[in-house]
Amino acid sequence: MKRFGLGLGLISVIAVAVWTYHVNYRTRQAFDRISDLRSEMAAEAEAVQVLKVEWAWLNAPQRLKRLVKENNDQLGLVRLEPRRFSFVATVPFPPPEPLVPDPGVMIAQQLEKPDMAELVPSFSAPQPVARPRTQGLTQQVAWSGQ
Amino acid sequence: MTDLARSKTMGRKGIRPRDEWRVILMMLAFGVAYLVAGARMGVLALHEPEEPRIVRGDRGTDPVRGEILDRNGVLLAGNLPGWSLYADPHFVFDPEATAGQLFDILPSVPRERLTKLLTKDSRFVWIKRPITPRQRQAVLELGNPGLMFAAREVRVYPSGRLASHVLGGVKAENEGVNFAELVGNSGVELSENERLSDPSRSAEPLQLSIDSAAQMTMEEVLRAAVDYYGAKGAAGVLMDVRTGELLALASLPDFNPNLARKSFTGEAAYNPRFNRAAQGLYELGSTFKVLTTAMALELGLADPDTMLDTRTPVSYGRNRFRDHGRIRDQQSVTDVVVRSSNVGSIRLALAVGTKRFKDGLRKLGMFEAVPLELAEAQQARPRYPRNWTDLTTITASFGHGISVSPIHLAAAYATLANEGRRVTPTLIKGGNAPGEHVYSPRTSRQMMRILRQVVYRGTALRADIPGYELGGKTGTAEKFKPEGGYYHDRVISTFAGVFPTSKPRYVILVSLDEPTDPDSGKREASRTAVPVAGEVVRRVAPLLGVRPLTGAPAKRRYESIPVGLPAELDD
Repeated sequence: MKRFGLGLGLISVIAVAVWTYHVNYRTRQAFDRISDLRSEMAAEAEAVQVLKVEWAWLNAPQRLKRLVKENNDQLGLVRLEPRRFSFVATVPFPPPEPLVPDPGVMIAQQLEKPDMAELVPSFSAPQPVARPRTQGLTQQVAWSGQ
Repeated sequence: MTDLARSKTMGRKGIRPRDEWRVILMMLAFGVAYLVAGARMGVLALHEPEEPRIVRGDRGTDPVRGEILDRNGVLLAGNLPGWSLYADPHFVFDPEATAGQLFDILPSVPRERLTKLLTKDSRFVWIKRPITPRQRQAVLELGNPGLMFAAREVRVYPSGRLASHVLGGVKAENEGVNFAELVGNSGVELSENERLSDPSRSAEPLQLSIDSAAQMTMEEVLRAAVDYYGAKGAAGVLMDVRTGELLALASLPDFNPNLARKSFTGEAAYNPRFNRAAQGLYELGSTFKVLTTAMALELGLADPDTMLDTRTPVSYGRNRFRDHGRIRDQQSVTDVVVRSSNVGSIRLALAVGTKRFKDGLRKLGMFEAVPLELAEAQQARPRYPRNWTDLTTITASFGHGISVSPIHLAAAYATLANEGRRVTPTLIKGGNAPGEHVYSPRTSRQMMRILRQVVYRGTALRADIPGYELGGKTGTAEKFKPEGGYYHDRVISTFAGVFPTSKPRYVILVSLDEPTDPDSGKREASRTAVPVAGEVVRRVAPLLGVRPLTGAPAKRRYESIPVGLPAELDD
């Protein structure tokens, strides 16, 4: 019994020792990872800072202006001036689309034209006669002229 | 002696008691030694082996000093990691040759200075701070053990000279190997130093009210104007009428805040670091007539159509004040401003009375420094005579005898335009709430109409940009000599204006120091400051989203460049 207890104690001591060893190393690894991540974050933050400044430098108004000046033959930019403004209402609507005739109409166009000559009336209509301008009817003439 | 007695005296193993103590003592000593050695071994075993390395401070991910942005989020001041070069002369091999090599890498440091530094009997000398990454690499390639680097944050202004007077600059303080504190030395960097260097707020950038596009336009036009008119300097202010936010604050000549402060010999007012817009105190001339007129209208002493006698000059003591140019018998209050009549505005000021006149100026903040977020502005207290007499009222009515900064005047015009509610200028985005009523909305509207007339048919004709309804007032003031009296050939010419006058949004002020129109040889503001202001408005207004009125052609057509500005501006 005594030997059994001793053995049990020994095993438990070994088990606890192994566990402690394990936890110890895991903790150390975790610390390593934290410091790695911290330095990584610091490096990233530094990169962000550098990139921010670089972005601002690349977009500095003077630099953009110089670039536009150099390349404006391709860009064709003009300055925003008072006369560049307008109202949407003044923009004309696009022209209507060309009318595509119905296929039936297309066919009808190709049919032979009837002889129009026989539709002309054979009598001659009386020509309209100008109303004689008289002194007494000036008012009426003025009115009909409207 | 019996056996018993012997055993007692000799101990268990036949050793005498004194020997026994000796053994115990020795065992203890060895025990302690083992324990110490074991403990040390244990400590060594537990301790993480770590290589020494240069760490960029333990500061986490936040910038060391808060960034500065403009109102649209454009970075105006940021930080870059950098290095400072220092040396331990005891470890430098062959100082003479090293100095030569270093001089090739760092041409800005004189060679004798390098030699002197490297041969110094000291363990620590700064050689250059800060240095660029390329220079650092070159120094590393020398492989000299005496040359070392200290990690630094470098303050950079990516836009260079843009808004240099607003931003100011920084200097390093309490500089050590591991850390240097950056402290602002002028501009916003100085006045907001506490906020920018506060570690708990360094992550949130400081957003200024400056619009970098408007600022650049202002600086560009002013620079062209300074060249063209041969001016000594220029100041430009663009202010939001409703909030007092300064969208552009320019002063020429300017400087590059990225470079170290240069020593300047000469008059302080001509130092490139001198902020003419906020720090410079000038007699701003006829632009004050607007304030005089507004006071008279506010008190009900006149309305815009009241006729004033402008034929006879005003005499006070042995001083006589008369108008320039054609003398008219009488003019309406509107025409007094439109034609800039001294006599008319003196009559109005005398009608207002000295006490009320002074009170009116005080309500506009003309007697104290502007509470702007610029250290320079807070020190610029207006200059005026200690005992204010009627004569002072007379001269102040047309802007002489009282020196204020251009910002003062811009704030006064903004107050007038903001329905008479006091405007406090600011450089921080968000602006200030309007203060108490200084003028009634009615006076404000009447004055806006008068100012529009000045541009439409008066002295500021050359600034009539079609569509933007610019209104304003010119001012040409002779500069005073330091020894007393006035120069007759040196003027400060100013234009202060509001646009659009039908619904005031922005105040613009342009001031040129000693300009001369090369075409006519004249110095009046109408030929110098006015076309410049017009050009600024023409370029800036579309950037600010102000829509021009259509169908309102200018009286004279200035299609591209207002008369009196060089054509190369139109690039």
